[in-house]
Amino acid sequence: MNIRPEANIYDLSKPGRTTAVLPALDTPKTAIPAKLRRENLNLPEIDEETLARHFTRLSQKNYSVDSCFYPLGSCTMKYNPKVNEVAAAQPGWLGAHPLAGEEFCQGSLELIYKLQDMLAKIGGFSACSLQPAAGAHGELSGVLMIRAYHVSRGDTKRTKMLIPDSAHGTNPASSAMAGFTVVTIPSDSDGGVDMKALKEALAGDAGKEVAGLMITNPNTLGLFEKNIEEIAKLVHEAGGLVYGDGANLNALTGVLRPADVGIDVMHFNLHKTFSTPHGGGGPGSGMIGANKKLQDFLPGPIVVMKGERYGLEQPAKSIGHVKAFYGNFGVMTRAYTYLRMLGAAGLRAVAENAVLNANYMKVLIEKNYTLKYPRRCMHEFVASGDVAEGIKTIDIAKGLIDAGFHPPTIYFPLIVNEAIMIEPTETESKETMDEFADAMAKLAAEAKSNPAALHAAPVTTPVGRLDEVAAARQPVLSYTGRK
Amino acid sequence: MPFIANTDKDREEMLKTIGVKSVDDLFADIPAAHRFPKLNLPKPLSEPEVLKEVEAMAAKNLTANNSAWFLGAGAYDHFIPAIVPQMAGRGEFLTAYTPYEPEVSQGTLQAIFEYESMAGELLGVEVMNASHYDVATALAEAVIMAHRVGPSRPRVLIPAALHPEYKAVLATYLAPISSLKVEEYEGEPGKAKLGDDVACLVMAYPEFTGEIRDIGAGSENAHKAGALAIVQADPMMCAILKSPGELGADIVVAEGQSLGNPMNYGGPFLGMMGTSEKLMRRMPGRIVGEAYDHEGRKGYVLTLSAREQHIRREKAVSNICSNEGLTMLQTCIYLAAMGRQGMQAAAELCWNKAHYAASLIGKLPGYAVQNKNFFEEFTVKTPVAAEKIATKLSRKGIVPGFPVSRYDKKRPDELIVCVTEMRSKDEIELLASSLKEAAK
Amino acid sequence: MNIDKNARYAKSHEYARKDGKEIVTGISDHAQSSLGDIVFVELPEVGKTLKAGEAFGTVESVKAASDLNMPMGGTITAVNEELASDPALVNKDPYGKGWMIRFTPSNAAEYDKLLDAAAYEKEAGKE
Repeated sequence: MNIRPEANIYDLSKPGRTTAVLPALDTPKTAIPAKLRRENLNLPEIDEETLARHFTRLSQKNYSVDSCFYPLGSCTMKYNPKVNEVAAAQPGWLGAHPLAGEEFCQGSLELIYKLQDMLAKIGGFSACSLQPAAGAHGELSGVLMIRAYHVSRGDTKRTKMLIPDSAHGTNPASSAMAGFTVVTIPSDSDGGVDMKALKEALAGDAGKEVAGLMITNPNTLGLFEKNIEEIAKLVHEAGGLVYGDGANLNALTGVLRPADVGIDVMHFNLHKTFSTPHGGGGPGSGMIGANKKLQDFLPGPIVVMKGERYGLEQPAKSIGHVKAFYGNFGVMTRAYTYLRMLGAAGLRAVAENAVLNANYMKVLIEKNYTLKYPRRCMHEFVASGDVAEGIKTIDIAKGLIDAGFHPPTIYFPLIVNEAIMIEPTETESKETMDEFADAMAKLAAEAKSNPAALHAAPVTTPVGRLDEVAAARQPVLSYTGRK
Repeated sequence: MPFIANTDKDREEMLKTIGVKSVDDLFADIPAAHRFPKLNLPKPLSEPEVLKEVEAMAAKNLTANNSAWFLGAGAYDHFIPAIVPQMAGRGEFLTAYTPYEPEVSQGTLQAIFEYESMAGELLGVEVMNASHYDVATALAEAVIMAHRVGPSRPRVLIPAALHPEYKAVLATYLAPISSLKVEEYEGEPGKAKLGDDVACLVMAYPEFTGEIRDIGAGSENAHKAGALAIVQADPMMCAILKSPGELGADIVVAEGQSLGNPMNYGGPFLGMMGTSEKLMRRMPGRIVGEAYDHEGRKGYVLTLSAREQHIRREKAVSNICSNEGLTMLQTCIYLAAMGRQGMQAAAELCWNKAHYAASLIGKLPGYAVQNKNFFEEFTVKTPVAAEKIATKLSRKGIVPGFPVSRYDKKRPDELIVCVTEMRSKDEIELLASSLKEAAK
Repeated sequence: MNIDKNARYAKSHEYARKDGKEIVTGISDHAQSSLGDIVFVELPEVGKTLKAGEAFGTVESVKAASDLNMPMGGTITAVNEELASDPALVNKDPYGKGWMIRFTPSNAAEYDKLLDAAAYEKEAGKE
């Protein structure tokens, strides 16, 4: 890892230096009116070599899936196949324009159509839209669809969305953006939805105000929601719909189609289950699938067959556009390529190996760390990191960094104290998992024998623990020393 | 199985450690009736086979690479220096996660900070976020910001000449907020009729037709009414014309696709979004700031996180989580690679070439340029249906622009022509002569 | 846990202390401790009238954010401008220099509905 400080791009600037080599003007000039003209543009001036070194050195300060194990629960940090990059870089994709006309974009339309078809089949849905740009964007689309469904039936009383207390923060945030009031359903002692609380929330007049339930299965504890069919049935009987958060789909590919157990509408994260790279924070792609009840409300346009050709169509009762144009096409090409190489057998192997790896890791980790819910897990599990007096999960996380691992997800879900959520994914080798388990064991021992060392971690990185309080109190959000 | 490291032997050992006979046992909780469905997917392909298939599909598209290209309307064919994809494609950037653990993400975090700095300068704002999905969603969230600043003000004014895709997205996002009424105004934003019931005045700079309006007068008009001025801008244009911030905008949104990202059939794009320090705590999206460790070493960290969904949940400013990290990185590298000189040069090339094209087209019988002031896009009145012209010429490898009738059937004789720094004089003259032919 | 014996408390951890005709409000020591280092406090405009239980602002730390609710209904007469540059005052001296707002109560009787110091100490101790 590159631990040397790297200057800010503005500090590398020197007037007169350039990188980009543009063509000379070959047409006559037209004057820019003085009242419109901008006087100053303070952007850096840098030569290409300096630029290449700057960004190369910056990249060397990152951990990445390409360089190390990332057992981030709920993120599915599987290996990103390089064939995806080659497939996505086709000039025919990069130079294509969404408004050039259907006749001239049959290649792109064909890919979107075929991907829609494969993803719908994987989920058991009758139709899907690839317009949302991320999981949370898909969630927003899904709850807007539920809202539109009830409005179309003339039922304006359904203002509540039921959400388990273990849910990812985007679930209540998306519901609030769609105008719903969030009703939190507690988890039971087994880590699943508390059925008694659910029944109470759906009973009588209260039930008539429920628009739906958002559920993640397996849930954010990595546990399969055993009552899923009953849960869906109860919600449907009360007149509501069930939204599926597909963040944990990696446990179910080829094993279970969510639509089969009563999910009405669901988002998939192409940047989790379907191997597209995380890019340091996106782009993602949040496909949204729906059953026959809801498919007319999908955001669009989506791709359909128009005779022999592929074309665009807005679903009959669509909630509208959730993004300009048709979605993150550059992410779709990667997911398409991955699915064409996996096929049905490959997808089943994904879930099998993901769940096998997680259960293997669970056995190793359980030796030193407590699991609040120790039953069989799916593709991830949650332990607690407070293994000794004065040691918190954050100390274990930072200690792992010095051992060469990216920390797992920490402090989520909120219902487990000092949570540390581990998801190895199916692409990880047994040796890497053994090394990780060894490191965790060593940290547990060190927590008892030398807690000060853990409090000081990490020490092998460009910076140690940063003072986030000071950063938030006196925010410096852009380069202030600009010339 | 592709991309899976472990062998049958490894799996056997792991099953023994866990204490189960087969992998199937691990799925005992899955309802038996629905377990292991048969997925009707096409047979898997090998690596060379899948690449052949994808290459063949991609070759079916008409693109800016294989035609004379004059189409803009929200996605632009601009020059991307080779260093941009080369650097952004490094595995350490491409396969990194969201920088929640700052000590192992200083590369990503510093790049975001540098983007925030350069983009903020370009758009004229104090604080940028690390990205939204695209300009349309950024605009929708900017309007929601204005609504939360002035919840008792129900009116939202938008230009009639706002991009139809952006109008559509705004309508979807605002549908659950029943108190808000979106109204369209025509012409100069400085002349729009406002009152103390207006939450924000949205302005497009330039408008969908290419027209450049007096944004300064619009901002004054908004502020007089106590409303926020929101400007949706072409970031390339901001290199040579006054920035929206300079012209009084309170919130600026822009499409970063023009800055180092390919058109890619509409995505992934980059929602650029920025505002003042006064309003920054209401702005969605991740924000990176400077921070120091106990040894006084400077680093970068995600900050002001209390706005976000993982902390505030249903009270969060927005639900956004994953954003457009990689397209933002490409824009960051692009802005550094182009720098002051390159941005000004590219923007001036667009301006000059577009005005040359307009002068040629304006002289063609039956054609008339509608704009008073424009940057790289202008609207042309056509002698015959613009859709017919576009289809005819596209089939010949010349994409002349965007027929407005594709969004509005009541405007069949308008074509929006876009000329960027990538078009040569020969191509421009070819366009003019082709348009002349197409009118016959 | 520090308790200001001269104040009464809302269940949501805001305190109300009489000062002449006005009420001084902030958050309790227990609340500041659970939030952690405060990084930002958003306060209302002077002159605003709010009901008991209505939010008058927000308080943020790095890992959490909370609404601030009126312990009683009233009209804001002053806000603590110091908190803009030094939000840490809320942590260091929540009942003194870390005060947040002053207001004229619309219904003085609402004061008696609040928990007294002993009752609040018991409530907060349960958390």
